[in-house]
Amino acid sequence: MMPAVRRSLVSVGLAVGVPILLVLAWALATQGTQNLYFPTPGKVFDAFTSTWLTGATMTKHVLPSLGRFAIGVVLSIVIGIVAGTAIGATPWLRSLLEPMLEFFRAIPPVALVPVIMLILGIDDSMKLAVIVSGSVWPVLLNTIEGVRAMDPVLTDTSRSYRIRGALAYRYFVLPAASPQIMAGVRLCLSIGLILMVISEMFAASSGLGYQILFFQRQYMIAEMWSGIVLLGIVGVAVAAIFQLVERRVLHWYHGSREVSRG
Amino acid sequence: MADKAPLLSVKELKKTYASATGPVEAIGSITFDVHAGELVCIVGPSGCGKTTLLKCLSGLLAPTSGSVRLDGAEVTAPPKKMAVVFQEYGRSLYPWLTVADNVALPLRAQGIGKAERTAAVERAVEEVGLGHAMHKYPWQLSGGMQQRVAIARAVAYQPEVLVMDEPFAAVDAQTRADLEDLVRRVWQDLGVTVLFVTHDIDESVYLGERVLMLTNSPTTIQEDLAIDLPAERDQLSTRALPRFTELRTHVYEQIQRAKRGELVR
Repeated sequence: MMPAVRRSLVSVGLAVGVPILLVLAWALATQGTQNLYFPTPGKVFDAFTSTWLTGATMTKHVLPSLGRFAIGVVLSIVIGIVAGTAIGATPWLRSLLEPMLEFFRAIPPVALVPVIMLILGIDDSMKLAVIVSGSVWPVLLNTIEGVRAMDPVLTDTSRSYRIRGALAYRYFVLPAASPQIMAGVRLCLSIGLILMVISEMFAASSGLGYQILFFQRQYMIAEMWSGIVLLGIVGVAVAAIFQLVERRVLHWYHGSREVSRG
Repeated sequence: MADKAPLLSVKELKKTYASATGPVEAIGSITFDVHAGELVCIVGPSGCGKTTLLKCLSGLLAPTSGSVRLDGAEVTAPPKKMAVVFQEYGRSLYPWLTVADNVALPLRAQGIGKAERTAAVERAVEEVGLGHAMHKYPWQLSGGMQQRVAIARAVAYQPEVLVMDEPFAAVDAQTRADLEDLVRRVWQDLGVTVLFVTHDIDESVYLGERVLMLTNSPTTIQEDLAIDLPAERDQLSTRALPRFTELRTHVYEQIQRAKRGELVR
């Protein structure tokens, strides 16, 4: 067998096999147990299908959650890139703001939830603000760093050919910073998912976070676990979509690195 | 030609850098003129401020005093009529753009329409012999081919002055010979004025119609020498001419003197 084919078979086997083994271990560990807090995989699976795969919860809880997550991270990415390129390209602005940005980034976003609730109330805008307040930082700081670290030879090239304005932004600044920006976006997505759940645990009446907390309070333990499984699935799906986009956006970067590694 | 106004006029150019240990004088005072259609090589010992001079000429760096004039207008920012080819070809091409798009981007910035742009790009890329690599990315090409792309980009830009900063310092000898002949051909075909900076004495004599020798820093001009070799040059026969040997010996001696700090005029 070709080594490449064997390698990909092994990685597919690991990706499928390890989770199956884990579920088997879980089934073995919980077999015949009366423990209320750790139900068997079968029970969680039943709870999963009956709780989440019905139209009502889909529209009342899952879709609103995903919508808030999507809007929140898109806002974070747009704000982070726009502000980051402006700050990164302006040395005085950068030295003025950078210490402050590090300070704000160091604040755990959850600590801001009570403040944001005071200012914005308890509707969707509060939840979006919580998501953005935490997930904007990696995009912003990485964009600043990516723009700052642009190759001076390429900058001279762009200057001497008088490539300026929107054209320079689209074809020079953004792509030059894109490897750093994408690393920031990856972090932004995972922070955004965490904050989506947390924001729904405060004064909410819908969403995945709310539902998990609700089931816990109702002692619906299998249902609670099934919500956590759903969050895991959402996380994996988001990571997969990110990887697809990243491969497209950074194909030149991966290609040139492969070449320079020989 | 001498009675015509020069295309590029450098007057008492001086550049001083601030450093932690006080100001460093990179360029003492440089004055020279270049007329339209000339091919001038600038050669000097390494570390003599060639790149600083070039950055001042191309408007990328402001001189401390003195002036650079292109077509009578003072150069304070990169001028439209000038294209620069840098030594670090791998870092002066946009790795996210294909060969064709790299060549096309400066034309887009000039507002040239798509049809005209495509035609100009094709012509320039063919001129440097890379027609087959139009849709490749720069990092898929060898070093010499990458520098050809940078030359194609400069050619497509249709500058009046083409400035090249040690463009072949990082390519192997065989490729270098090919690229030297490419520069001569581009110069003859397009009638563009070329300013070619190099540390290689043989290269300066082989390529140039005129060689400017620089001193060590703080840099001044050691000598301005006309190269009276035949216009048609060839790597084998030109380099075998007795006159070529005389000229290169002369330039070599001058550079050695410049290194020792003797100013001979």
